[in-house]
Parts: sequence; structure tokens; C-alpha cells
Amino acid sequence: MTDLNRTCLYDLHLETGAKMVPFAGYEMPVQYPMGVMGEHTQTRTKAGLFDVSHMGQVILRGPDAAAQLETLVPVNIQGLAEGRQRYALFTNDQGGIMDDLMVANRGDHLFVVVNAACKDADIAHMQAHLTGVEPITDRALIALQGPDAETALARLVPGVTDMRFMDVATLDWDGTALWISRSGYTGEDGFEISVPDTRAERLCRALLEMDEVMPIGLGARDSLRLEAGLCLYGHDITTDTTPSEGNLNWAIQKIRRTGGAREGGFPGAERILKDLADGPSRLRVGLLPQTRAPMREGTPLFASADGDAPIGAITSGGFGPSVGAPISMGYVPVALSEIGTKLFGEVRGKRLPVTVAPLPFRPSTYRK
Amino acid sequence: MKFTEDHEWLKVDGDLIVVGITAHAAEQLGDVVFVELPEPETQVTKGDEASVIESVKAASDILAPLDGEIVAVNDALADNPGLVNEDPQGDAWFFKMKIDDMSALDEYMSEDQYNEFIA
Repeated sequence: MTDLNRTCLYDLHLETGAKMVPFAGYEMPVQYPMGVMGEHTQTRTKAGLFDVSHMGQVILRGPDAAAQLETLVPVNIQGLAEGRQRYALFTNDQGGIMDDLMVANRGDHLFVVVNAACKDADIAHMQAHLTGVEPITDRALIALQGPDAETALARLVPGVTDMRFMDVATLDWDGTALWISRSGYTGEDGFEISVPDTRAERLCRALLEMDEVMPIGLGARDSLRLEAGLCLYGHDITTDTTPSEGNLNWAIQKIRRTGGAREGGFPGAERILKDLADGPSRLRVGLLPQTRAPMREGTPLFASADGDAPIGAITSGGFGPSVGAPISMGYVPVALSEIGTKLFGEVRGKRLPVTVAPLPFRPSTYRK
Repeated sequence: MKFTEDHEWLKVDGDLIVVGITAHAAEQLGDVVFVELPEPETQVTKGDEASVIESVKAASDILAPLDGEIVAVNDALADNPGLVNEDPQGDAWFFKMKIDDMSALDEYMSEDQYNEFIA
């Protein structure tokens, strides 16, 4: 693992008993002694602390940063109010998704967070098309998620109680400016906190000392986001899926759609706007396996128990600890995407029943 | 008790052998969420996939450790897969086999040898 990067929290992960695995070019904690199931439940019932410093943090500066960024995303950035954050997608000329990201309006600049596996490509993409692109290389990113996240963080940073879902703020902690957003990737209320590398370990230790907070690895991060119906880039959405196929129409505001004041003007607009108007031919849906056997990524889906070619495939799947059953997401033809449609997934040569289900699998508890 | 390099344990029970996975394997797998057991009265050849175990992380095969016939399976695992984590070398046995040649057990490791193997 010599060519892998480490976050500034690496030593703390080892000290807290993490099992480290390679992920997106980094050595990251996949689980701690509590185990994936325990960590999942911890985050759903109390609070979990995640190191997501492998993700890319980038500042976009300049008076027309929002207008510039709109040339790369089908999202209303110019209408994003100061102190607010929004989900966005980098699209390519074919209308496929290059990455998903969060964009925050922090007053005199935009702050974007991109996926670890895509960050080099995303930064190159932004630098090729935008001015004022400043990758941040000296700040860690941590997430504190769960029903007790607010109580825990407010002990250190009282101002977070004034934030609501998708707010962003710069708040002081003991002389350090924390860039905080009330958001996350678990379906729970919680926060993501950008903190200088030099102060990250101290902040984590202060949180981990609290009774409510335990460290959480990538294993539980995946089961939490899957229950919340959130896409994992490179799996549930890729350069081969359009936003409409990915069931992400909600991320494209009216102003960027056909007939809107700033219609189009992003890569792949023709295909994306056509999908929005006519509907896509296939759709990402929730899927509930009807036996206890999990249906994992790559499981082919069939319309019937015998014969026929596959009609789609699972893109994410596993066991949902809070659902208490296996859960999956995947792509099916629109004609077979109605909630309740009975399909079959082929697991180890056997076609097992699976039913199209609403997303998320578990209601989110965001503080709106 | 005998141990295989595939992290299964084998215990003689009268004229049968009982097969399960080791505590070390259970710990490596993490929380087990699903166990697919073989059909009783199935003839198996050493190395055949005899069961599937799914943890929160991934699916793994349990291989038949010897030639023989599956004569009983532990239905408790189907209802409570977490038993594999709670008592891997006891209540969480997977299946019982009638084997053609009990001396075939000799090729497998003792507990000391297994502990050395995983060290």
C-alpha cells in the first residue's frame, strides 16, 4: 500500500482500532472494532464521526463564479443564496454524469466538495473551463451524523443550532474557523466540517470523547447512504447514465430546463433536456429482495422467473441494518419501474423475487 | 476438532462430521446477514460450494471439506444468521456430513496448527 495517500487523521484511525483498506487512492478506515452493523446503528441512534478528508474541496473565486460553474452543471447556481448549499452534477457532452458534488455559496466564493475517486479529473475539468479554481490541500473534512450530532457539536460550536438542512456557515471553534454545512450522506441530520489539517485531530478527539459519538468507517457509510437512497458515484450514476435515468430530475431546477430563463448552456444539454421533456427509457429505482439473500451490484434483473434476456441490473445492494432486510438500487425499463412491480434477480444461478420499492428505504431525518 | 485452510472447522459426531466456520473467519467476515444452506441428502465432492454466507461486506462460499453426503443442515442459521458471529464454533454449525472415509480428516490441521496458520 506504499503508493496510497493518507489523510491527516490516519494515526487517529489506527489508535481507535480501525481496519484500513485502499479506497480511491487513500488508506481509509472501513470499520472500527464496533463493526459495520454496530456503527450503522450508532449513527442512526446517536452520532457517528466520519473522516471524509479524501474527498476534494475546491474554492471557485471571482464575481462570475456562479455563472461560470453553470456552464458545467445543469443546476441553478446563480440563484443559490449566500449561506446555502445545493446538490449538483457535472455532466458530459453525451448527457452522462461525470460526478456528483455539493456546491455552497460562501459569500465571496463558491465552495465545492467532489468525490475522492473523481477529484483529479474534476479539478482538471474545472481548471480547463473556469477561472479562479483553487483546490484546497490543507483542510480535512469530517462528518458528524445522527440524531445526537447537533447536541454533540453544539458543545464545541454553539452556533450550529441555528443552522438548518443545507445551510453553510463559518463558525469559530477555539480560534479556528470551521466551514460547516448541515448535510451529509446518511439520511440523518448532521454536519460536514472542513477544518485545517493542523487542528483536525484535536477536533475529532474532542468529539470522540463525548458519550454520543463513535468513529464510523466506510462500510457503515455505504449501508447508511443506501438506506437513504443516495447515489454512489461510479455505481448508481456514471458517465453512461443521464440525470433523468438516475432519478435526479429534482436536482435540475426549472430555470435551467426548456423554457427557463437560463435554459441549457451545460454539457449534454440537448440529451438531458430531451430526457426531462420526454422521460428516459430506463430509471434508477429502489428494489426490495423478497428473500433474505442480498442482491449486490451487478446482479442481473429479469422480468420473469425463466427465459428472456436481462431487463436491467442492480447497481448497489446489500443488507440494510435499520431496514432489517436486504435492499438494492438498480436500473429497470420505465415500463417496469412502478412501485410494486415484481421482478427477479439472478443470485448464484437462481432467480429470486425482488420488488420495485420507493426510495429512500428509510425516511430521512433532516432538520429542515 | 480439525481445521481447513478455508477456515472451516470439522468435528466428529458419531459417524458424522459437523462443519462450521472458525471464529477467526467469522470475525473477518463481519456481521453475517444471510446463510444459504445446502439441501439435505445432497452428495458433494470435496471443494464443491456447499453453503453461501453473506456478511455486511460480501458473499463467501463454504466448500465441502470432503467427499460425502450432506445429511443435516442447521436451519437456525436461516432464521438467525447472526448466530455465526455469536457462536461460530458451537451453535452455528452449518451442516453434518456422512463421509466415505473418516481417515480423510487426518489431512487437516489441528487447532494448534490452525492458530499458527492464521497468526
